[in-house]
Amino acid sequence: MTSLDSNYLDGNAAAGELSKIFAMDVTAAEGQCANCGARKRFAEAHVYMQSPGIVARCAICQHVLLRLVSVRDRVLLDVRGMAYLNIDAARTP
Amino acid sequence: MWRVATVVALRDETPTARTLTLDVPGWPGQVAGQHVDVRVTAPDGYSAVRSYSIASAPDSQAQIELTIEHLPNGEVSPYLTQVVAPGDRLEVRGPIGGWFVWRTEQTEPVQLIAGGSGIVPLMAMIRSHLSARNTSQFRLLYSVREPEALFYRDELGALSKDKHSVGVTYAYSRKTPRDWPRPPGRIDAALVANATWPSVLAPTCYVCGPTSFVENATALLTASGNERDKIKTERFGSTGDRK
Repeated sequence: MTSLDSNYLDGNAAAGELSKIFAMDVTAAEGQCANCGARKRFAEAHVYMQSPGIVARCAICQHVLLRLVSVRDRVLLDVRGMAYLNIDAARTP
Repeated sequence: MWRVATVVALRDETPTARTLTLDVPGWPGQVAGQHVDVRVTAPDGYSAVRSYSIASAPDSQAQIELTIEHLPNGEVSPYLTQVVAPGDRLEVRGPIGGWFVWRTEQTEPVQLIAGGSGIVPLMAMIRSHLSARNTSQFRLLYSVREPEALFYRDELGALSKDKHSVGVTYAYSRKTPRDWPRPPGRIDAALVANATWPSVLAPTCYVCGPTSFVENATALLTASGNERDKIKTERFGSTGDRK
């Protein structure tokens, strides 16, 4: 885990790819980790951008929150690590 | 949604960093701190996407400025800092991100801490603050390896002479200017105590830089009494072309 740990970015770094799927900005949204129950902004998640996809982990327990992989014309999104996302729809830039 | 952008001006900030002014028809405007994804496509069809923070204040209509550091092993930044010329076209997606942002309606004190090219989104916040004549108090702690690596030198220099705008403190990690009082080194608790807002003022803190820099600065801010919820961070990695 040491090499992984030093290579992460913020949830912000995944926002461009996520904008292909979500009409609203998710980085300011509050998400709950399905593993430890922590409620944090998605921007605070630890994001690993190494190819071929994007993995977001809980900043508290490191549980995988989201995986996003694009291969040619297909996009695979796995969000079972998040119990919910609470989005401020009025303030989406 | 990708938009076609045209490079309209180039400006060298340091020997290794360049500001690109892009004209982006249909640009919806941005909030200070947001970034864009840039896609460049080679003649053989191979394309690469990188994220770069917007440096300019949000009031400049359909133009944005990006300041990009040349990473020697990068795939995209050497092209953007050395090859691209006015008239060339790129694709941009954005603005992106609604968390690491400073909005002109904010009134609380603001503490900015930048490591290296992490200054870029924070400069957008300073420029936005000044152009909006916003009344909140800003301080910037800006750490660079050496004096030659400072971005926006003249603009920040003018600010530090004007006591009423933005308080600027520089820190040098490898080499200092002559007669600089602090020896070169990472930012530490003493510097944070001297150069940042007391935590009792409950400033909103924005920290941007390489991951290790952000970890260190965030730990120092927390240790000096700032609430973790008031510290917003943006990290960029050493392997990609981020920033």
